[in-house]
Amino acid sequence: MLEVRDLNAYYGRSHILQGVHLRVDRGEIVSLLGRNGVGRSTTCKAIMGMVSPRGSVRFQEKEIAGLKPHAIARRGVGYVPEDRAIFPRLTVLQNLELGLKKKGQKGRWTIEDVFQLFPRLGERTHVLGGFISGGEQQMLTMCRTLVGDPDFIMIDEPTEGLAPKMVEQVSMLIQEIARSGISVLLVEQKLTIALRISHRLYVMGRGEIVFEGTRDEFEADTSVRREWLEV
Amino acid sequence: MLEFILLSCINTLIYGLLLFMLSSGLTLIFGLMNVLNFAHASFYMLGAYFAYEVSTHIGFWPALVFAPLGVGLVGIFIERYGLRSVHKYGHVAELLFTFGVFYVVNELVILIWGRNPVAYKIPEMLDFTLMSAMGTEFSAYRAFMLLISVSMFAVLFFAITRTRLGLIIQAALTHPDMVGSLGHNVPLVFMYVFGGGAALAGLAGVIGGNYLITEPAMALNLGPIVFVVVVVGGMGSLTGAFVASLLIAALQTFAVGFEVSLSDLLALWGVSAPDAGGFFHDLLRIEISHTRGMMPYLFMVLMLVFKPKGLMGTREE
Ligand SMILES: Nc1ncnc2c1ncn2[C@@H]1O[C@H](COP(=O)(O)OP(=O)(O)O)[C@@H](O)[C@H]1O
Ligand SMILES: [Mg+2]
Repeated sequence: MLEVRDLNAYYGRSHILQGVHLRVDRGEIVSLLGRNGVGRSTTCKAIMGMVSPRGSVRFQEKEIAGLKPHAIARRGVGYVPEDRAIFPRLTVLQNLELGLKKKGQKGRWTIEDVFQLFPRLGERTHVLGGFISGGEQQMLTMCRTLVGDPDFIMIDEPTEGLAPKMVEQVSMLIQEIARSGISVLLVEQKLTIALRISHRLYVMGRGEIVFEGTRDEFEADTSVRREWLEV
Repeated sequence: MLEFILLSCINTLIYGLLLFMLSSGLTLIFGLMNVLNFAHASFYMLGAYFAYEVSTHIGFWPALVFAPLGVGLVGIFIERYGLRSVHKYGHVAELLFTFGVFYVVNELVILIWGRNPVAYKIPEMLDFTLMSAMGTEFSAYRAFMLLISVSMFAVLFFAITRTRLGLIIQAALTHPDMVGSLGHNVPLVFMYVFGGGAALAGLAGVIGGNYLITEPAMALNLGPIVFVVVVVGGMGSLTGAFVASLLIAALQTFAVGFEVSLSDLLALWGVSAPDAGGFFHDLLRIEISHTRGMMPYLFMVLMLVFKPKGLMGTREE
């Protein structure tokens, strides 16, 4: 589904991504872990075309590196940024409507599905996006991307700063997403939910992948955790 | 007195909405693209000249439709084939680009229509006095200007708050990258906004050019005031531009009526100005109506010092 090879990215002169490679197959939940500042978000942005990538990004057998973000989105890639990027002056409903690629789009996830799954959003359809809680914002931003019917979605640090109960909801939603046939790249810092729900894991060091493997391989390799994850 | 206030209110509304026609486009272009479009008032001038041309050959009513459309197309062309290429070299390059466009348009206008004002006149059927009070006349054309600007405001408000494109614009004001990664073609939206803003400024030229005067200096005369409106309102805020347009218009309209000086005001408080002559004496004798030209700029300068984000600005850098 997604195959990234020798991906490089720069901010000005600093060489942030130094040959990242990763693969996500259909229906998989894959986690991308690492300490703060190692380049996980930059990897997502490079895949999405928001920072210009060097190297190869193939999505559904076609090269997408070099395309504009909106073109990449229209090929079926979804992105949920870590800052959530809720449109603060639009209502909850309007936020969701802008997730649709065109008016009235009906994909695997519809706006009605979202309201059914999260009645709290359904009760707040006309509240401005800037006035709902952090947890609700996290749900809203994930659902906004989902109603655009991506085949693959990148979710950047969705549990950051959330109460344990909300973290549980996020984890449930991600599993629900995968069950609906959408592949997931989950970016996390802590192992909290990643270890539990992902099929495979990647660990990033400074600008490169330092571990890749299944959940069992990860659990067996205690040095990875010590060296690249724990503070 | 009551008539003076009433007429001044109507005049404020007309002038204010005219300013809003120009500043709404400018503030949206800034908010979305981060471009301070120095050439925005050129679109106003082009609107007036296009309308002059169309109205001498076909008539005023077709001009009301075709001139703004023409200006909009010019705007789209400038964005698509000029600004978009300059964009990658940063904001200073963009500013210089629009600065250049301003002068190119100015010189082109002089080449085509000459240095003197052209005879772009109010259509005859609207050229009569609707009512007059205390020596001030209210012409049918002013009523027409009011009608056009109020309708424009209603249409713009509807477009921004109710249509899908309007929502995309609002979202892109705060999170352009997110809007792009949801699959919306942000550069295309920029082009529409630039063209739409140009068309609105053109419309202002169509209805203002014959009321005032259509000449090559008109862009330079109005341009700075529009910048003041955008800064005072808060760069990128449409509501702010609206409030500031009316505020600046009121400031200028009502100032005309105040034939009093600071010394008169002081006298009211029981302080009499020293009759010694000299600089302070002259200063105190300046009538408020004579400060009309300075007011908006003074207001902007104070605004930048005390509330740099403007009345409703939300931008954080
Ligand atoms: N806009 C930017 N400009 C310059 N450097 C940046 C920018 N964004 C991130 N960086 C740098 O790139 C590196 C990787 O950042 P990021 O991808 O956000 O890491 P992570 O998401 O893993 O925490 C960091 O060292 C960070 O300082
Ligand atoms: Mg990050």
